[in-house]
Amino acid sequence: MTTHSPDSTTTSESGNAGAILVLGIAALPLVLAVGGIIYSRPDKPAPMPAAAATPAPTLALQPTVFSPPAARDIPDSKMGEWIQRGEAIFTRTPENAVGFSGNSLSCTNCHVDAGRLKNAAPMWGAYPMYPAYRKKTDHVDTFAERVRGCFMYSMNGKAPADGHDLLVAIEAYAYWMASKAPLGEKLPGAGFVKVAKPAQAPTFDAGQKVYAANCALCHGEQGQGQKSGGVTVFPALWGKDSYNWGAGMHEIDKAAGFIQSNMPYGLHNVLSDQQAWDVATFINSFERPQDPRFTGDVAQTRKQFHDSPYSNYGVEVNGKLLGKGL
Amino acid sequence: MRRAWPGTNSRDPMPVFKAPLQGILGLAVLCALHAPALAADADAGAKIAAQGGAQGAAACVSCHGSQGEGGANFPPLAGQPAGYLQRQLEAMAANQRKSPIMGPLAKALTASEKADVAAYYARLALPVKPKQGALPTAKSSDGAWLVERGRWADGIPACAKCHGPGGAGVGQDFPAIGHLSASYMQSQVDAWKNQSRDAGPLGLMGAIAQKLTAKDIEDAAAYYQQLHSGSH
Repeated sequence: MTTHSPDSTTTSESGNAGAILVLGIAALPLVLAVGGIIYSRPDKPAPMPAAAATPAPTLALQPTVFSPPAARDIPDSKMGEWIQRGEAIFTRTPENAVGFSGNSLSCTNCHVDAGRLKNAAPMWGAYPMYPAYRKKTDHVDTFAERVRGCFMYSMNGKAPADGHDLLVAIEAYAYWMASKAPLGEKLPGAGFVKVAKPAQAPTFDAGQKVYAANCALCHGEQGQGQKSGGVTVFPALWGKDSYNWGAGMHEIDKAAGFIQSNMPYGLHNVLSDQQAWDVATFINSFERPQDPRFTGDVAQTRKQFHDSPYSNYGVEVNGKLLGKGL
Repeated sequence: MRRAWPGTNSRDPMPVFKAPLQGILGLAVLCALHAPALAADADAGAKIAAQGGAQGAAACVSCHGSQGEGGANFPPLAGQPAGYLQRQLEAMAANQRKSPIMGPLAKALTASEKADVAAYYARLALPVKPKQGALPTAKSSDGAWLVERGRWADGIPACAKCHGPGGAGVGQDFPAIGHLSASYMQSQVDAWKNQSRDAGPLGLMGAIAQKLTAKDIEDAAAYYQQLHSGSH
C-alpha cells in the first residue's frame, strides 16, 4: 500500500478509514517499537530509547514518506533472484560489477541503506521518474541509461551495454523497491535535500575545518577512505579511488545536500547549512579522475559540461588548476 | 578560470583560490594526532602488562589473560588498535569512561606507559579476521541483518559500516567487536545509555547505543560468533 496521507500509516487493509485512523494512531508506538514499518526517521537527531513514550499524535501529523517493501521481503521467485542480484550489485559494487566498477565505491555509499533511505536518492524515488529528459545527456534517458551514467561517472568505470545483465538486475531491484509508488511524481524524500544557500560564500578553509572535525575520522585526512581485509569500509572522497569529474557528487550543491542529510552515519543533520556547503566545497576542491567526456582541453570541457558555479572543474584552487584528472 | 558564487559579485575571486598553507599544516597536525602510538615502546608495554607499571599499576595479565585474551568478566585486548586502547586508558583515567576497577589502574599509568601498553596489545594477534559475511537474505538471522545491513528505519547503520568486515575493526579509532561476548557488549551499551562511558569520537557510538535493544546485542554477538566459527 502507499502511504501518502497521514491516515494511512498502518498496513491495515480495512476499508473503514475512521477505524484505520484511530487504530493507526494507537498502533504507532508499537509499530515503531517493533522496528519501523513506517520508513521514516525524525528530521533531527534525537535519542529514542523509548519509542512508546513519544507522543503518537505528533508522529501521526508528520508527512508520511513512501514505504518501499521491507528489505527482507524480496520474493522467493525467479524475479526475486534478479532483484537480489541487483541488491548485491548495489550494496557491494566492486565485487559484483567486475569490469564495470572502476573504483572502490559502492552504489550504497551515496544511496544509503541499499537505496532505501529517504534524502539519499532512494531507488523508490528515482525509478518512477524515468524515462526523463536530462540536460546532462540532452536525451530522454531510460532508467537503465541513467544507471549506465552512474557506472561511467560515480563508479569511474565502464557503462554496461544496453540490456546487460548488470543493468537488468539493478533495474529489477529498483522496480521492486518502487512497487506501488506513483509514476512520474517526485515523492517526499526522493533525491537529495536542497540546502539553503549559506549566509557566506563557502570556502576551502572553512570546509577544511569542518572536514577535520567531522569527516576525517572515517574518510581519512587525505580523503582516501579506509579499507579492511580488502573491503572498502569508508569510501574515498577524492583522489584516484573516488568518483570522477563527471559524477553528480562533484557538484557542490548536490554534495552539500547529501552530506547534511546523511553524514556522519547515525548522526544525520548535525551540520549547519553553512558547514554543509563549506565541507562540500572542500571535498570537491581536489583532483579526481578525469571526466570521461573530456574533450582534450580543460577549459573547453568545463564550458561544455561544467559551466556551473557549483563545479570546480577547470577552476584554479590553491594555485592548482583542477580538472586535469588522475 | 574564475567562477562566481551565485548572488555575489562575479568579479570577486572565490576565496578557495587562496593557497592555504596553514591548511596543509593543519592536516599534518591532524595526522600526528591520529598516530598516537608512533613513539610508543611495545616491548616496554609487554613488561607493564606482565609485571605492572612503575607507579603501581597492577599487571594487566592478571585479569585480561596472559595473551590479552580476556576473561569471564574482562574484555579481550589483543589486536585492538593502539589508538583505541590508549584513548580508553585516558578516558578511564579521566573518569570519562567510568570503571571502578580500571579507573584507579589507568590513573596509575603514566602517559607513556599508557601508550606503551596500548602498543603492546595492538601488536598481539586479533582472534578474528576481517571476514565479510554473506549479504543477508529473507531467511538470514536478525543478527546478520543488523551487522551487514543495519536497521536504518531506526537510524541504526550496519555494524560493518564502521567496524568493518567481520567486525575486525578499522584503523585506529574503530575497535574490533566481532570477538566480544554479548555480556561485555551489553555492559558497554548500558554504559553509553546511562552515560558512564563517553560517547566516543564524534559521539557516534554513544548515539547508536541509545537505539540498540538487548536483543540486538545478543543477535549481533551470535551472528559474529557464527561467522567466525565458519559454520555460517
